[in-house]
Amino acid sequence: MARADLKKEKHEATEARISTLNMPQGGTWASMARNEALSRLRGMGLPARRDEYWKYTRPDTLIQQDAPAAALFDSLEPAVFDSVDRLKIVFVDGVFDAAASDDLSLSGVEIDRLETAAAADIHWAKDVYGRLEARGQTPVARPLAALNSAYATDGILIRVTGKAAKPISLIYTHKSEASDAILHHVIKLEKGAELTVLENGPAASRFNKVMEVEVADGAKFHHIRAQGRDHERRAATHLFTRLGSESLFKSFTLTVNGALTRNEAVIEFSGDNAVAHIAGAAMGDGAFHHDDTVFITHDAVNCESRQVYKKVLRNGAVGVFQGKILVKEGAQKTDGYQISQALLLDDDSQFLAKPELEIYADDVACSHGSTTGAIDQDALYYLRSRGVTKKEATDLLVLSFMAEAVEEIEDESLREEIVTRLTGWLERRSG
Amino acid sequence: MLDIKNLHVKLEEEDKVILKGVDLKIEPGSVHAIMGPNGSGKSTLSYVLSGRAGYEVTDGSVTLDDVDILDMEPEERAAAGLFLAFQYPVEIPGVGNMTFLRTAVNAQRKARGQDEMSAAEFLKVIREKAKTLQIDADMLKRPVNVGFSGGEKKRNEILQMAMLEPKMCILDETDSGLDVDAMKLVSEGVNALRDAGRSFLVITHYQRLLDHIKPDVVHIMSDGRLIKSGGPELALEVEQNGYADLKADAGAV
Ligand SMILES: Nc1ncnc2c1ncn2[C@@H]1O[C@H](COP(=O)(O)OP(=O)(O)OP(=O)(O)O)[C@@H](O)[C@H]1O
Ligand SMILES: [Mg+2]
Repeated sequence: MARADLKKEKHEATEARISTLNMPQGGTWASMARNEALSRLRGMGLPARRDEYWKYTRPDTLIQQDAPAAALFDSLEPAVFDSVDRLKIVFVDGVFDAAASDDLSLSGVEIDRLETAAAADIHWAKDVYGRLEARGQTPVARPLAALNSAYATDGILIRVTGKAAKPISLIYTHKSEASDAILHHVIKLEKGAELTVLENGPAASRFNKVMEVEVADGAKFHHIRAQGRDHERRAATHLFTRLGSESLFKSFTLTVNGALTRNEAVIEFSGDNAVAHIAGAAMGDGAFHHDDTVFITHDAVNCESRQVYKKVLRNGAVGVFQGKILVKEGAQKTDGYQISQALLLDDDSQFLAKPELEIYADDVACSHGSTTGAIDQDALYYLRSRGVTKKEATDLLVLSFMAEAVEEIEDESLREEIVTRLTGWLERRSG
Repeated sequence: MLDIKNLHVKLEEEDKVILKGVDLKIEPGSVHAIMGPNGSGKSTLSYVLSGRAGYEVTDGSVTLDDVDILDMEPEERAAAGLFLAFQYPVEIPGVGNMTFLRTAVNAQRKARGQDEMSAAEFLKVIREKAKTLQIDADMLKRPVNVGFSGGEKKRNEILQMAMLEPKMCILDETDSGLDVDAMKLVSEGVNALRDAGRSFLVITHYQRLLDHIKPDVVHIMSDGRLIKSGGPELALEVEQNGYADLKADAGAV
């Protein structure tokens, strides 16, 4: 089909989608940021099936006017992170729930709701909101993120000046079968600051979330996310981050269940000697499509990036990985590592991977690998010959497969929380 | 204890017959050794006994304490008391040796309707047994067999056997890859387990192991059959003369 046709199709889809949304009213800075995002969105148009970047994941249900209904899933299992001492911020179907949340106060941290901050004429978030997202639109367009910046109805703005006393936990619960939520968070870590952000919950029938994280020199950001529960939910999330010198960024995502999840991460090294690790563990059974799309730009000297993605798939589940490391001219001493692996528990499942390296500096060490495999039959037999049941032996091998990703979580108790989830998921499945 | 009758085995995937009528009866408390040329079917016999996939039993039977084991899953055979120390122990990246052993011990206990071993008790027992086999704490923490030397792998097999306390122990070339001292350690480990209720089937190429682990009966396997059985002196004969005469005799029968 001709380019003009594609453009027309995108234009129509974009206008149709926009027509169902209301841009929230706000003060000067917010209105400007939103209108700029809207023109970005109009400029690129919503994703279409024929877009190269959407080759493996159909955007249809993410861009259609109404969110496809997603049944609520009643789990007896207590929610993840329940036992962690944290500051809770709860959103129900994308709407802030003050009663269920803690007071938004934590020493060394400023926390505002987007809705309140946007009403003000000026706010610190104006330097980040929509800005990192805009930077992340080249060289690849991320229209759903621009749509988010324009239309997000709520979100949380966090500015950290010291070491946060405890993690901030964003909890997304899902109560309406047809909810369509758009949330936008901004996190700004000032020099030397440190914060852990936890996220969990099914969020909504359809969830569009952007998180922009500005990590200043010497600051440390830890992010642990668990996307679980409702089987029919859909989500498109974007994580944009820019890293100052000597800073640290670590993000881990566990995904279980969900009809469609696309997690995009855009990481930019702008200061020297920084470290960014991003990892994901996804377990899919049946109608499960999970896409990790990562873009890392090294534009500074001596930075280390590490991507570790593991997916366990069965009963027709589909896993996608698109990961790119771009090393710009002058980004010498870059250490870039990328691994994406899928363990297919049957012949019905599939893994589609597109690992990419693009390097314009000569003194770098970058490697990437992608594998698709099945359970090692020799290992399985060996375990069984010691009396371990087939089911338990398989689970043990699955956990060991996931280990490299899970080990990216530094905090031991948080890592345990995730391992418990993985184990629980495995135990609930029959052999 | 173990009663193998007229066992015929072929490969599932191809028309290749490997075991051509093996008869072997092992009494409780006794030690039997099998020697035989490369490719004669010794490992195949041990795999078939432990329930590895890929083989088809076309005739014969195997019972452990009068219970047919051929239809059992590998884990059921293990719970019934059968143990195979592998000729080539498998490496399992990502699974800690200790985790693996505790999982195995508790799985067998569960299968037998016993309570799980507490973490503290397990630790105490394994430390003790590891020490006698000179397996250090580091080896217990590392992933199962990954990066272990040949000898370390074999000692690790014996550690598993000591922890699981099976009643029918099959050792497939446990002596290969062991230095002289390690061979002594391993033999002592095995001898420590010898008692009236436990039997051993020791597969080896060398008489030397049998100096340490004294067999009651020695069998010679050739081309999928046990062609001759005798006392420990049979092993000496093999050591000196090789298999040619034995094979010729068997052919003549
Ligand atoms: N899965 C298999 N596929 C093809 N051939 C096999 C397979 N398993 C066993 N064989 C063949 O069966 C024969 C017996 O093998 P086995 O490993 O049992 O011998 P062995 O007596 O243990 O030898 P060694 O002393 O060298 O360990 C060999 O010819 C071997 O190649
Ligand atoms: Mg062999």
